[in-house]
Amino acid sequence: MGWSVQLKDVRAGYENQTVLTEVNLDVQAGEFIGIIGPNGAGKSTLLTLINGLTQVKQGLIKIEGQALNKNNKRKLCKKIGYVPQTTWVDNRLPLLVKEVVLMGCFGQLGLLKQPGEKEKKLAKEMMSLVRIDTLAEKPIGHLSGGERQKVAIARALVQQPEILLLDEPTASLDWKAGQEILDLIYQIQQNYCLTTFLVTHEINQLPHWCSKMVLVKKGKILARGETKDLFKADILSELYDLPVKVLYDGKQPAVFYGRS
Amino acid sequence: MEGVRKVLNLFHYQFMQNAFWASILGGATCSLIGVLVITLDLSFIGTCMAHAALAGAILGLLFAWPPLGIAFLFCCLAAGFIGPLADKGKFRPDTALAIIFSLMLGLSFLFLNMLVGPKSEALNLIWGSILTVGKNDLLMMTVTFFIVLLFIVGLFKEIQAIIFNRQLALALGIPAKAIYYSTLLLIGATITSFFTSIGGMLIFSLIVNPAAAAYQLTYSLPKMFFLAVLFGVGSCLGGLWAAYIFNVPAGAVIVIASVVFFLLAMLFSPKAEKKLWKTKRGEF
Repeated sequence: MGWSVQLKDVRAGYENQTVLTEVNLDVQAGEFIGIIGPNGAGKSTLLTLINGLTQVKQGLIKIEGQALNKNNKRKLCKKIGYVPQTTWVDNRLPLLVKEVVLMGCFGQLGLLKQPGEKEKKLAKEMMSLVRIDTLAEKPIGHLSGGERQKVAIARALVQQPEILLLDEPTASLDWKAGQEILDLIYQIQQNYCLTTFLVTHEINQLPHWCSKMVLVKKGKILARGETKDLFKADILSELYDLPVKVLYDGKQPAVFYGRS
Repeated sequence: MEGVRKVLNLFHYQFMQNAFWASILGGATCSLIGVLVITLDLSFIGTCMAHAALAGAILGLLFAWPPLGIAFLFCCLAAGFIGPLADKGKFRPDTALAIIFSLMLGLSFLFLNMLVGPKSEALNLIWGSILTVGKNDLLMMTVTFFIVLLFIVGLFKEIQAIIFNRQLALALGIPAKAIYYSTLLLIGATITSFFTSIGGMLIFSLIVNPAAAAYQLTYSLPKMFFLAVLFGVGSCLGGLWAAYIFNVPAGAVIVIASVVFFLLAMLFSPKAEKKLWKTKRGEF
């Protein structure tokens, strides 16, 4: 059913640097939230606040009503699936696709316990779901960007998460591969009712997938609310400091940007 | 047959039996820890730790303190200093580590020069002497071997996750930081335990080379551990044999043998072959 997430007056960052301030969010269980904003605005930091990877300097984060702290961070993040931005992987790395997918259950298994038949079966099911079962025996470094994103999604699903965090899952993918990934995410979100946060630059896809949006600019939340209310030329122009037009193809809005 | 009998006769000597077991334990332990060093990108940190251990051991000799104890202390200090800096990405590791590496090497030779009287004990620490391994050394090596083995077997899945992506391992709820620092500590323990038999200047080559050779040959982590141990033990036994027959320093031959394994692995690597094949068709 997914978990609810609340952030109250959160200030966060790394070491002595503050990246986000005055963050307030109230997300209900099962909602699909799109997070957009310019590069360096703090979108990825906002995601990693929820799974405890980024340090909270001030304020409160509640996951399903429980305040996130040092003591329960590891326990809670085991149920939070995280798909980070695609990173470089050495093509000689001695890890196979099926091993990487299986990693999703490692946190929940705990130390000194090895995955058994149950976990391996779950990993197989998730690989079938995201249609990478034929890649199971391939070295992870031999996959394309799109295939690696599917592996990351399958791995997150093996966690049997309540919350799914996706950080630009379609970055550097071509249109078709990007569309496939977004379709897959939507299908998963609908089937499992996961509370989902999607950081993306594919703004035009958002009205179709996300019920709500969060707009992040210069370390602050510029606006949050229903996608249909925020998908306006003046709001998006302010967000990106760029003239933006919103045109309609039937009921489907599309954003055009740049000076014309 | 005569040659085989000659070799078997060697094992009537206690020192040769000790050296044989030290070769097996040294080759296996260094190679096991080497796989972690290679896959977690710790080669530079490990080299610094090995040289810190050398400086510490010679300092121990200088002040009549137990050399191995001081070597381990220096290893831990180096790990404690370099580990967090590299961990937090505060600097370009190659530059800063090169400076610390050269400092440790400088200190080693400075302490060596300050030693009064014959320097044979210190030179043994530098070049190693597998033929003089005693019962206590063997005991320490055995304990280190089992600690390293248990660490790898017990935390195999966590190690896999950290090798893939440390940040992700943390997000999965794996204590990645604790495992990273435990690995550094085990590198220190391995260096210290096999210091006198392999040599302070050479030990890190035995840690890196067999694992680097194995890395060229397989996409399976368990197979990589197995191949690395095979190459490590092979190098050590080869070095021991050459030391006895040709009266050459065993440590030096061990390292040269491990480099030969690496070159052969490069030559026959299926990974290199794939790249060549792709290059020919202009795919890269």
